[in-house]
Amino acid sequence: MANLLEAPAPPKEKVRAPRSWGAVAGLVPFALYMLVFLGGPLYFVISGALSDPSGQPTLANLVASVTQPQYLAAFWSSLKISLVTALIGAVFGAFLAQAVLTSRPTSPLRRVVSTASGVLAYFGGVPLAFAFIAALGQTGLATIALRGAGIDLYAAGFRIDSLTGLGLTYVYFQIPLMVILISPALEGLQPQWREAAENLGASAWAYWRHVALPVLAPALAGATLVLFGNAFAAYATALALTSGTIPLVPTAIASALSGNVLANQQNVGLALGFDMVIVIGVVMVAYLWLQRRASRWMPR
Amino acid sequence: MRGRRWRVVVLTLTALYFVIPLLSSLEFSLRKPGGGYGVANYLAIATDPVLLEALTVSMEIAVITAVLVLVLVVPTAVWVRLRLPSVAGLLETATILPIVVPPVVMAAGIAFVQANLNTPLFNALFSSPISALTPFYVVLAVPFAYRAVDNGLAAVPLRTLVEAARNLGASLPTALLRVVLPAIRSAVLGSAFLTLALVLGEVVIARILLYTNTFPVAVVVVGQSQAGVSVALTLASLVLTWLLLLLVSFAGGRRRVS
Amino acid sequence: MTGTAVQSGTAVEFRGIRRSFGATHALDGLDLQLKPGELLALLGPSGCGKTTALRLLAGFDSPTAGEILIGGKDVTGVPAAKRDTGMVFQAYSLFPTMTAAENVAFGLRMRKVGAAERARRAAELLELVGLGARGAAYPHQLSGGQQQRVALARALAVQPSVLLLDEPLSALDARVRVQLRDEIRRVQLAEGITTLFVTHDQSEALAVADRVAVLNAGRLEQVDVPQIVYAHPATPFVAEFVGVMNTVPVAEGRITPGAAEQAQIRPEALRVGAQEGITGTVLTSTFLGAVTRLVVTTEVGELTVDAVSHPNLPGIGDTTTVGVAA
Repeated sequence: MANLLEAPAPPKEKVRAPRSWGAVAGLVPFALYMLVFLGGPLYFVISGALSDPSGQPTLANLVASVTQPQYLAAFWSSLKISLVTALIGAVFGAFLAQAVLTSRPTSPLRRVVSTASGVLAYFGGVPLAFAFIAALGQTGLATIALRGAGIDLYAAGFRIDSLTGLGLTYVYFQIPLMVILISPALEGLQPQWREAAENLGASAWAYWRHVALPVLAPALAGATLVLFGNAFAAYATALALTSGTIPLVPTAIASALSGNVLANQQNVGLALGFDMVIVIGVVMVAYLWLQRRASRWMPR
Repeated sequence: MRGRRWRVVVLTLTALYFVIPLLSSLEFSLRKPGGGYGVANYLAIATDPVLLEALTVSMEIAVITAVLVLVLVVPTAVWVRLRLPSVAGLLETATILPIVVPPVVMAAGIAFVQANLNTPLFNALFSSPISALTPFYVVLAVPFAYRAVDNGLAAVPLRTLVEAARNLGASLPTALLRVVLPAIRSAVLGSAFLTLALVLGEVVIARILLYTNTFPVAVVVVGQSQAGVSVALTLASLVLTWLLLLLVSFAGGRRRVS
Repeated sequence: MTGTAVQSGTAVEFRGIRRSFGATHALDGLDLQLKPGELLALLGPSGCGKTTALRLLAGFDSPTAGEILIGGKDVTGVPAAKRDTGMVFQAYSLFPTMTAAENVAFGLRMRKVGAAERARRAAELLELVGLGARGAAYPHQLSGGQQQRVALARALAVQPSVLLLDEPLSALDARVRVQLRDEIRRVQLAEGITTLFVTHDQSEALAVADRVAVLNAGRLEQVDVPQIVYAHPATPFVAEFVGVMNTVPVAEGRITPGAAEQAQIRPEALRVGAQEGITGTVLTSTFLGAVTRLVVTTEVGELTVDAVSHPNLPGIGDTTTVGVAA
C-alpha cells in the first residue's frame, strides 16, 4: 500500500506507524456511523430551523425563538435552574470529591461513592424524579416527617413539580457529576505543594488561597460549565417529574414539535433546538479551553 | 490524619442527602393502598402485561445497543492507539460531540424526519421502537463507552499483545476478539452496564418520537396514576445497575477508581 | 568540596528518636547531632529511615518517642509552619501558578513582609543561585535544574536556622546533578547555614558533606568525615554501601581460599596480572576513563578490581591473577 502521507517525528518511541490511507480507513466505519446518526438529526434541526413549513429559507424561526414571550420565559427558567444547580453542585461536589480523595484508596466507601456517582450521573432523570416524588411529594416520606417536626412545606407554597422542586432534583445528579469531573484535578495537587507551603509558614487557609485554588481554578470553572450545560440540556427529569408542564427550553421544543400549544410550530421548535446546540457548543468549547489551561500546571 | 473531622462531617451530610430520597423511594414503593406495607408494586411488573412487554422491548434494545456500541467503539479505540495515535486527541473531542447535541434536540431532528420524510427506508426504520431507537441510543452511549474502553486499553500493553497474537498466527479480528477483549474485560462490562442504565432511563427521545412501549416511558405513564409502581420499578433498575457496576469494580481489581 | 564551616549557626539534635508504624520501626533510637554551620549528609538505601528523619525535623511527622532540638530548644511539638527550617524537596515543589520570583517571595509573604522588600530579597536570592534573569519565568518554563535552584532560593529566603534537602538531585540528569551539587555546597558555605542533606547516592554524600551519617534499617551505622567513612568503614554494611568493597578470606596478608579471617579490600587496593595472588577469569571490563573496572570470577567469589587504564589489561574471558597491591 502506497504511503501517501508520512507522519512527522513519532511522539513516543514505540509508535512508528506512518499515517497511510489504510490507517485512516480504519476510522471510516466509526466516522460514517456518527455522521449518519448524529450528523443526520443535527442537519435536519439546522435546516428545519432555517426554513419555513413550505421549505423556503428564512430566519424568522430563529428570531421567534428568542423574542416570543413564552420562549423568553422558557430561556429564563432554564438559565436560572442551570446556573443555580451548577453552582450548588460545584461547591458541594468539590468538597465531596476532596473528602473521598483524602480517604484510603481501597476503602469500600470510596468504591461505593465512585460507582454510585457513575450510576447517578448516567442514569438520567427518571429514577431520581420518582425518588424525589417519594421523598418530597405531597405524601412523601420527608414531607410527612417535616410536617411532624412542625414544618409544613406544602402549606408554605412548595411543590415538588415546581422549578424549585426540579432544581432540588437536579442537584442530586449535579453533585456526582462534579465529583467525577473534579477528581482528576484534585488528584493532581502535589503533596509537595502543601508541605512546601507549610514549611514556608502558610496556614491551611493560606495554602488553599495562594497555591491550591489558583491551580484548581480552570478545572473548577470548566467543571461548573459542564454542570451548567448538563442542566440546560436535561429533559428526562422534567418529563418524569412534571409531565412537561414547567416552562423550560426542552419543554418548549417538545411542545412545539407535537403541536401541543400552537399548531405548525415545528420549525420554531427546531430553531429552539438550534439555540440549545449553540449554547451547549459554546459551553463545551470554553470547557475544552479551560481543560488545556488546567493541564499546563500538571507536572510533566 | 489532618482534618479527619471535616471529612466525617462532609461525608455524613452527603450520605444523608443521598440516602433520604432512596429510603423514601423504598418506603413509598412498599406502601399498600389501604395502609401498611407490601411488595405489590414490585410484583406489578409481573402482573401488568403492558409493563412486562415494555421491559422486554427495552431489554432487547439494551442488548443490541450494548453490542453495537462495543463493535463500534472497541475496534476504533484499538485502531487509534495502534495506528493513528496522533488522532487520539481529536477523537476524544469527537466523542464529546454527542453531548453537545442534547437528546431533546436530537429527538427534534429525528421527529422531523419521522413526520415529513416518507420513504420506504425511513418507514421501515420507524416501524418499531427497536429499529428506531437503537441506532440513536448507540450515539448517546458512545462518549461514555469510548472513555471507559480507552481507559481500559491504556492499562494494558496493547501493542505487545496484538503483535504477539499476530506473530502466533492470529488475524487482526481474531486478536481483537480473543486477546484484547478479555484484557479489557472490566472496561467492556462497565460500559455494557452503563449502556443498560442509559436505555432503561431514556425517556426523551422515545417520548418525542411517540413510542410509549419502552420500559422507561411506560413507567412514567404508569406513574401518573400509580406512583408507587413507578417508584418501585425505577428504584429496582437503579439498584440493579449499581450492584452490577459495584461487582465489576470489585472484580476488576486494579481498575482505576475515577 | 571542602571548606571551613562558618562557626555561627544553629545546632540540631535528634535525641532517642523512634518512629514506628505499627510493628515496623522506620527509626529505632536515633541519636544524632549536627554542628552549627555544618553540612551533614544522611546516607542510606531506600527505606532506611533517612527521609523519615528529615520529615521529623521539618515537622511533617511526629516521633513515637524522643525529642528534636533546634538551637537547644525542644521543637518536638511545634507544628511545621512554626519551625525555623527551610526545605528543598526532590521535585515538583514549586507553586505552578506563581513566577520564580513569586515562589521565592512566598515565605516572606507569609511573614507579612512588604511587597517592595519581598521583590528586592527575591531578586537577591535568585541572583545568588544564578537565576537573576529568570525571575519572571513560570516553573513549567524552567528546566529541572533551574527549578531546584529556585526551590533552594525559596527555602533560603526566610533565613531559616536549618536547611533541609530531601534528595534534591535525584530527579535530575547526571550532568546537571554534579553542577547543582557544587552550587548547593557553595551557597551553603557562603550562608553558613546548618544543613541536613538526605541522599541514597554515596558519591554525592562524600563529595559534598562535612560529615556523613550512614543509616540502615532505622539505625545509625557510622557518623564521621567522608574520608574516614570511606577508608575505615565501621560495619560491613557501611563497607558495602559506601564505594565498592571486596570481602575476601586472608591469611598472612594474602588472599587465601578457605582461611578463617575475612578482610575488606577496596578495588583500588587490588591489582590484576599480579605475581602472587588468586587466579580467575575476567567476567566484565568497564572502561571508566582513567580507571578500568574489572570483575574477576575467582575461587573466593567475584572480585572487583580498579586498574589504571592501559592497553595490556586482560579482556573478557582472559585468565589473570588478582593480588593485593604492594
